[in-house]
Amino acid sequence: MSVVTVQLGQCGNQIGPEVLSTVYEDSTGAHARTYKECSYERFFREDAEGALVARAVLIDMEPKVIAQTIAKASGSGKWRYGEKSHFCQKQGSGNNWANGYYVHGPQHKDVVEDLVRREVERCDRLAGIFAMMSVAGGTGSGVGTYVTQCLRDTYPHSFILNHLTWPYGTGEVIVQNYNSVLTLSRLYTLSDALVVHENDTVHKICSQLMNIKHISVSDLNKVIAHQLGSMLQPAYTTDSPAHYSRNPIGEMLSSLVCHPEYKLLSMLNIPHMAQTSLEYSAYTWPGLLKHLRQMLIANARMEEGIDWKVCVPSNRAEGGRNPHVGFNRSLSNLLILRGKEVSSADGGAFKESGLYVPWLPADGTFHTWHSPVPFSGYEKLATLISNNQSLLNPLDNIVQKAWNMFASRAYIHQYTKFGISEDDFLESFTMLEQILSSYTHL
Amino acid sequence: MTHSVIIQVGQCGNQVGCRFWDLALREHAHVNKNGVYDEALSSFFRNVDPRRSDGGGGAPGSRITALKARAVLIDMEEGVLSQVLSGPLQQLFSSTQLISNSYGSGNNWAVGHHTYGSVYHEQIVDQIRRAAEHCDCLQCFFLIHSMGGGTGSGLGTFVLRLLEDEFPDVCRIVTAVYPSAEDDVITSPYNSVLAMRELTEHAHCVLPVENQSLMDIVSKIQLMSHSSKSVSVVKKDCTIISGKGGVSKSEKPFDAMNNIVANLLLSITSSSRFEGSLNVDLSEITMNLVPFPRLHYLVSSLTPLYTLADVNVPTRRLDQMFSDAFSKEHQLMTSDPRRAMYLACALMLRGNVHMSDLRRNIQRLRPTLKFVPWNQEGWKTGVCSVPPVGHAHSLLALANNTCVRASFSDLRDRFTRLYRKKAHLHHYVCVDGMEVSGFTEALHSLSDLIEQYDTLATPSHTLPLNAPRLSIAT
Repeated sequence: MSVVTVQLGQCGNQIGPEVLSTVYEDSTGAHARTYKECSYERFFREDAEGALVARAVLIDMEPKVIAQTIAKASGSGKWRYGEKSHFCQKQGSGNNWANGYYVHGPQHKDVVEDLVRREVERCDRLAGIFAMMSVAGGTGSGVGTYVTQCLRDTYPHSFILNHLTWPYGTGEVIVQNYNSVLTLSRLYTLSDALVVHENDTVHKICSQLMNIKHISVSDLNKVIAHQLGSMLQPAYTTDSPAHYSRNPIGEMLSSLVCHPEYKLLSMLNIPHMAQTSLEYSAYTWPGLLKHLRQMLIANARMEEGIDWKVCVPSNRAEGGRNPHVGFNRSLSNLLILRGKEVSSADGGAFKESGLYVPWLPADGTFHTWHSPVPFSGYEKLATLISNNQSLLNPLDNIVQKAWNMFASRAYIHQYTKFGISEDDFLESFTMLEQILSSYTHL
Repeated sequence: MTHSVIIQVGQCGNQVGCRFWDLALREHAHVNKNGVYDEALSSFFRNVDPRRSDGGGGAPGSRITALKARAVLIDMEEGVLSQVLSGPLQQLFSSTQLISNSYGSGNNWAVGHHTYGSVYHEQIVDQIRRAAEHCDCLQCFFLIHSMGGGTGSGLGTFVLRLLEDEFPDVCRIVTAVYPSAEDDVITSPYNSVLAMRELTEHAHCVLPVENQSLMDIVSKIQLMSHSSKSVSVVKKDCTIISGKGGVSKSEKPFDAMNNIVANLLLSITSSSRFEGSLNVDLSEITMNLVPFPRLHYLVSSLTPLYTLADVNVPTRRLDQMFSDAFSKEHQLMTSDPRRAMYLACALMLRGNVHMSDLRRNIQRLRPTLKFVPWNQEGWKTGVCSVPPVGHAHSLLALANNTCVRASFSDLRDRFTRLYRKKAHLHHYVCVDGMEVSGFTEALHSLSDLIEQYDTLATPSHTLPLNAPRLSIAT
């Protein structure tokens, strides 16, 4: 089964090719022969000459990034984008969600739908649509939301998974919190799940774990692509223990999103390191999993600086309204293990019922996938995709900052001139407060 | 690639404009060595094939045949425009792009705005339409004029209104050169205040530049590069004020000052001309920096201005560039943004600068700056990969800062001093279309603006910060 990737805006069009390259490189690696075909079928198709063409659609409102992306992919000589699978305009959305959603989106609805439809029709079977965008700017967020809505209308029964890049807390776009609030509130009802990467977290991983001195946007994108690749590459799953799973998105969603009120997913990877240190590393599965579990419950985003004092509350009553100090409660977790001696790894520690909400059956909260193929040069790699409280704080920050701005009515005139009303803003705020409240009271 | 049109009005506007065209050509020639008309060039230049009568020409990717500026030049005197037509830049403009008269506006805003406005209305609209029709995707009008004289301030702001009527969706950015307090034009406070009302009401964004600051910067640079003891450490030709490498050989008296303004325009448009890892579209500037429609005056600062050649290691120099951008000496207005309140701030970088350099410097400088409570993280950043000629990197800071109120209230004082005595008033009200009420309304508009900035500047104005959030019934 195949996944159609939809790259939206500057960010989506920069991370998209990194993900496809990561997947491609990993699948062609010496060890990966076993799932090469499965992975290719998932992300690429073959043209008449047998060259690999990404099952991807590129959408942006300005031409520069798309042109670079296409040129870089075909320049690699390994895979390329379809000749007619991109759409761009000349003038961006100017960091304005309303401009993207109300003006550019509807204007180009037909063209974009057509591009996606053609890519979908080329799949023998569609596993789902993977839409990548940032929430801060105007095109990714505004046009991205509009396109997701169109896709939801056109493919009511297909899985739609959105990957969202959350901006740095400061310094990229001043109106980013407005744009984020408007995007998240709408996507929450449209998408099956939102996989989130925060730039601040990824930046820390780059500086502390990868030891990159001058961190550029492409460094961040590589880390995000690495994490997403480890999620999307074939693995043996609960439903498909003997063959590589053919329905990655569907299985992931059924393991992680059991309730429409909760669909924010975050990712943890262990280990993370610079390419050059890979061959000098030695890890054991019990060690990795012990760290990973503590990262999960103490809400640490990387293996450095974990608070080891945080523990799972022994008494259920302590959870809920009076959260245990620093304890991060989960709704569900999916552990993906890749690499050497994977059969010896024991994820039992993630099964403990204290980690989860009481109202879910124990067999529905935790799943493990695995593959003996080392991913992207990592001898052992554990990925945890989790539906938990860890995004509560960053989301609350976004809402708080946007709300402060809204209270002064700053920048509102820039939005209302494109047809959005103050009531629309209020509705979005209400929606996000509802999500915050739901996650707080897990 | 989007296209923009520059409309230069009056003596000052045309002088600054021509410096921009000269330096823009120098910049493109520096990057584009093979004589191909590329996307970058297309944003401000058309490529015209002289053999074709319809004025059409090569598309991006073809060889450069003849470049024409996407510009309209307007002056009500003949001097400057005839110099342009006989000077080295003459081939950039066809005579149909020029609108001129020989009588001048007599330093009278009303003459420029009302008299010439009504006479030249059609001709100006025609010219601008024609320039717009040559654009594939018209994004922005840059209007350049002075505030103190008659033509620039009067007719310039008339053009601004025309743009609003004819092209309501196209961004209007005005570069306005403000007169110094000792301006030799006695009526300059009148002209400036009358013009400001138009700018406040009809522009999307205004980049005010003060003559005094330009003079200070130029004399400081000249002092540094000519004083004998520092000769060894100072680069002789600071490209910010020198036009070296451009097509105009002899430098005219105001060229150094005008070059600074031209550099401001080069920097602000760099991201829409060249590539970069963090693109800033022109429309993003107003979107991020203008929280309330009338408060759209952006104080700009350019660094490095005083290029010292040997200040230690590169990172130190880079960080110094960031610090300088906030210092008083680098502002293009006499103002001190560090002592006032920021509504928002944009850092537009050119050259080899990393995200981490940006983040480190924002973190470092943030504690020294005051931001309004609802926009504590009011930073917009952009990186364009092509540096200005002669520099490794450069920074343009655009600040929406309450410090502009000082200059504005000075201007109001000078206006009131004249207006109280009704001095020269008759020269204005005798012009058709000009009423005395125009003066009081303009004064009101300015006072309102100052008051709005004042309210934001007072620390007690924490307004509805920490306004109770919406609560959810559980």
